[in-house]
Amino acid sequence: MTHLLISLLWIVLKVLLIALPLLGAVAYMTLAERKILAYAHVRIGPNRVGLFGLLQPLADGMKLFFKEVIMPTKANPVIFILAPIVSFATAAAAWAVIPFNPGWVLANVNASLLYVLALTSLGVYGILMAGWSSNSKYALLGAMRSAAQVVSYEIAMGFALVGVLMAADSTNLQDIVLHQQGGFWHWYWLPLLPLFIVYWISGVAETNRAPFDMAEGEAEIVAGFHVEYSGMSFAIFFLAEYANMILISALASVLFLGGWLSPFEGIPFLGPLFAFVPGILWFFAKMAFFLFLYVWLRATFPRYRYDQIMHLGWKVLIPVTIVWIVIEGLLIELKVAPWFS
Amino acid sequence: MRSLKDIAKSFMLWELLLGLKLTGRYVLSKKITIQYPEEKTPISSRFRGLHALRRYPNGEERCIACKLCEAVCPALAITIESAPREDGSRRTTRYDIDLFKCIYCGFCEESCPVDSIVETHWSQYHFENRGENIMTKPMLLAIGDRYEADIAKARSDDAPYR
Repeated sequence: MTHLLISLLWIVLKVLLIALPLLGAVAYMTLAERKILAYAHVRIGPNRVGLFGLLQPLADGMKLFFKEVIMPTKANPVIFILAPIVSFATAAAAWAVIPFNPGWVLANVNASLLYVLALTSLGVYGILMAGWSSNSKYALLGAMRSAAQVVSYEIAMGFALVGVLMAADSTNLQDIVLHQQGGFWHWYWLPLLPLFIVYWISGVAETNRAPFDMAEGEAEIVAGFHVEYSGMSFAIFFLAEYANMILISALASVLFLGGWLSPFEGIPFLGPLFAFVPGILWFFAKMAFFLFLYVWLRATFPRYRYDQIMHLGWKVLIPVTIVWIVIEGLLIELKVAPWFS
Repeated sequence: MRSLKDIAKSFMLWELLLGLKLTGRYVLSKKITIQYPEEKTPISSRFRGLHALRRYPNGEERCIACKLCEAVCPALAITIESAPREDGSRRTTRYDIDLFKCIYCGFCEESCPVDSIVETHWSQYHFENRGENIMTKPMLLAIGDRYEADIAKARSDDAPYR
């Protein structure tokens, strides 16, 4: 009995160790996004609240926390409140299987890649529930758009991941990282370059971020599925969106950039020189790179039109991934080196 | 052949990369933000802000109540009444500028034969009560006394171009 209790406490501790830094990362991601966007606009960005604006996320959080949660008339109250919770829960639950360092993983599931795919797809229910329960045209349209978009990009994303598990011969994220050992040219971004790009594009589309942020589309549907939300319930949606962004970045680093592996591994002089750096720092650096890329894309590209998004998803990305999976299958069958080992 | 090249180019994401390069360059470029209360943009010596009535160095007010400014004012913002003073000189008894009507065109300043009515560089003011928008003669003279150094410097800076 006590044994069970202790192991339960350990799990709670580990969950907190993942969840609290995640919330902090979300808070500072918002600041980083505003700063980088401002820099791309040749502005300075927030720098008044605290040193370099470092307390800005806290101020924003406080503001949202003390605002009233307004519920539209004729909205379905249960689903209206449940929707942000579902969004955030799915975004947070997927973190259970992300390996941060050798052995540093909450749940070392064998089918962790499938688990991640399943949970990221569940996130769309939060959006649909929000859009439907708000009793608002704009929310419903936004929810429909983002649901259609997420579902269609899921396919391309799934195919890209099929390529990874074919190369790694495993669906365990930790095994996938270990399989990429031997230097940065062994990481899957190079042998699976087209799949890497497809994965990243569909990852951006999955999280409804610019240039695929039609679900928000402030020009035509105001803010999409969360127009009717305010205060803390809106903040939860915001948290979910950023947690999803960080999750996609973490997955991209695990699957294509070798997770915690050092980029100097296997290089004669630099390899031993940087051997003292803990793997988790490399992992965070790779995640930071992808998060920066998110903001960079947002600063650069205009929003897609709805039919163009569907065109890109169904007629470009899915055929590319299918062709590459076939080619990769042939290479593995013929036992060509980087793909087969 | 051309379309093949275009397809290859679009699959290499060439134009997207060019766009990223452009924004990336701007991220690293020098920022042009003026952080307002601490930093301010330079102001021309011809800047037209709040009005003022000037005095001669001996303390005598310049205005001779010729009413040219009242006549030229396109917004009809100036109201002047005049009467002879005890020493017999013609002076204004009332000189009101309605700042809600004023369009800050500077015609009053241009028309003034004695450089009495001028517009200062001061542009940051506000009203809290109805009626505060009417600047009366004592108020205008007070502004003139307060900013005389600035006003004189702006006039002398601009003199070579007149």
